[in-house]
Amino acid sequence: MTSWFTDKPQDLRRFRVLTGGQAVAEALRQIDPDVFPVYPITPQTPIIEAFAQCVADGRSHARILTAESEHSAMSAAVGAALAGARAMTATASQGLAYMIEIVYLAASLRAPVVIAVGNRALSGPINIHGDHSDGMLARDSGVVQVYVTTAQEAYDWMVMGVRLAEHGEVLLPVMVGLDGFTLTHSAEPVEILADAAVQEFVGPYAYPYPLLSEVAGTYGAFAMPEHYFEIKRQQIAALERAEAVLPAITRSFAKLCGRQYAPLEGYCMEDAERAMVIMGSQRGTAQEAVDKLRERGQKVGVVTVRLFRPFPRRDLAEQLRAVQAIAVFDRASTPGSFPPLYLDTRAAVRTPRVDSVIYGLGGRDLTPDDIVAVFDRLKRPAVDADPIFYAGSDEIEQER
Amino acid sequence: MPNLRTLAERQAARPALGSGHSLCRGCGIPLVVRTVLASIRTPVAVVNATGCLEVASTRYPFTAWSVPWLHVAFENAAAVASGVESAYLALRRRGALRQNFTFVVFAGDGGTYDIGLQALSGALERGHRFLYVCYDNEGYMNTGVQRSGATPRAANTTTTPSGATSTGKAEARKNLTEIVLAHRIPYVAQAAISHLQDLSDKVERATHSEGPSFLNVLSACPPGWGYEPRDTIAVVQHAVNSGYWPLLEVIEGHWRLTVHPEPRESVGDWFGSQKRFRHLFDGVDVDLLASLEQTAEAEWQRLAEMEARDRDWFASPDGARWGLSD
Repeated sequence: MTSWFTDKPQDLRRFRVLTGGQAVAEALRQIDPDVFPVYPITPQTPIIEAFAQCVADGRSHARILTAESEHSAMSAAVGAALAGARAMTATASQGLAYMIEIVYLAASLRAPVVIAVGNRALSGPINIHGDHSDGMLARDSGVVQVYVTTAQEAYDWMVMGVRLAEHGEVLLPVMVGLDGFTLTHSAEPVEILADAAVQEFVGPYAYPYPLLSEVAGTYGAFAMPEHYFEIKRQQIAALERAEAVLPAITRSFAKLCGRQYAPLEGYCMEDAERAMVIMGSQRGTAQEAVDKLRERGQKVGVVTVRLFRPFPRRDLAEQLRAVQAIAVFDRASTPGSFPPLYLDTRAAVRTPRVDSVIYGLGGRDLTPDDIVAVFDRLKRPAVDADPIFYAGSDEIEQER
Repeated sequence: MPNLRTLAERQAARPALGSGHSLCRGCGIPLVVRTVLASIRTPVAVVNATGCLEVASTRYPFTAWSVPWLHVAFENAAAVASGVESAYLALRRRGALRQNFTFVVFAGDGGTYDIGLQALSGALERGHRFLYVCYDNEGYMNTGVQRSGATPRAANTTTTPSGATSTGKAEARKNLTEIVLAHRIPYVAQAAISHLQDLSDKVERATHSEGPSFLNVLSACPPGWGYEPRDTIAVVQHAVNSGYWPLLEVIEGHWRLTVHPEPRESVGDWFGSQKRFRHLFDGVDVDLLASLEQTAEAEWQRLAEMEARDRDWFASPDGARWGLSD
């Protein structure tokens, strides 16, 4: 068997059929963090249940800190990470919303906490299914954000995320987003690395200036206007550096398993005239739609963005350089304006025609036909009066 | 137990909280911090909630602290301390840390009674070993004297002003000490900045108890309470000597008053020492002052009964372990 990433022969014994949640838990077990403060929320629960069992069975040394809320879970993670211990956590939706204050602080305090997020719609109405509105709430927090497309990627990015978060040039939280249910609860073959290989890859946690040391540091000081701005700029620069240091991490990961990742990935983009941009689990659906249209001779392609923050704007511009029309698929909305991935793409490219498509809110399916309809739309002149197309919902609205 | 001279010498030799902070003249908070930290002999790490102490002691790029100090936000000091303590245990387990740290949280009444109560409750229930010190100045003083859950009934604050139709805060204060006690942690106490030896002794017992411990320390706030900065100690002494703020400790569920003012001063005099209660004495609502005095008296009697009930325990071998057989 060969992986779709590589022609390198794969050892089938390393494959297990795991849900995305179980794959993340397996990564946690192998990384073996010191402290795992957490609060349960659907669809993150499979991660923490599986990991708690690992700890109960003595297969991880982590101290699971069962916090009374996500706000406290993230607060404890920041405390532990700055104290000098490796801290990781997991959450989703309202949980991320509840901890968001501390997510911003984690970035500002340079606490390299890896956070798995089972991306789920924000209330209200309350809904437990997948979309990216929770992640987008953290968009401007200063954390690294990755949106994965498979359970394998969820596993791989948890492992790589530790290296990225703890890189001396970065020292920021890394959020690994996997779509709720579509990835957290769906099983697929996942190649698991050897425990020792993961341990060697992540290395020991070595925070440069831990709170618990002989040097009495002051962490979380109060900054007035004459310093706040520059401290913020240092934080912004650190996030930008995450993009620069990532290739070395992905290359070293590729040496372990042959899977070579990039901040974004093009599919059928070599000669594409029309292209779509998307993040997350619907990448497979998008590629299926592209295959279908390619069979009909249409020059279409898809770019999947994995690294959302920092946004790989140069790579995206390069991918889309020769394209005549683009549709950006956002699984989140920005009421009153255009959604986040659209705005980022618009700012990165010079293509005159960029359409905004909002899809999949609250877990609604995106079908290949929906995508084909968007590509058809790109062939027609732009409709300024109706700038955002709601895939899978406009049809219903029109019937009303 | 260190005496006050020893505490003063320790503080002078290596001040955990040095000079150069910008707390107000007459503020009670430095007394709380210095007495608590000078009473602990191991290395300490401090977690501080947002509030007067944090803002006034760490204005970047300066710091008044010479011990490891961490502030994250307002409502989460107990949660942050939980993470620090868990990290400590993890590091000790894998031999990555040799020092034997004591963890101390400082938070005001706003950060403890109100917005931080959930985080505190969670941390107490989980049993993290740290000393949580609430410096209680009975209101949101850092933001300009708003009422908190610790503000006493009838106090004039900027959100409960007295006026033609108002006699200040309409509600009684929350009894946080007993809320904490409901978590069945081994050591809970009330102390005050007028009685530093008592505070220091309580810190010693608190830090030697297994699991979390909690000190609710009455501080004082000249601008918030309305008195001259030089009178800070005298005002708080009134609070203790009138029985308004009983100095007590609850050890493994057993109650004991640590100061028995004889004779008890009038609670009315405590109210009379501060401008925030001035409207109580303008003759408009005489019943209110009487009712406040009755409440304080009833509370004192209730505590005296609890103390009498538990006296035998303190004389028993279990109680004697705490070195209090007086």
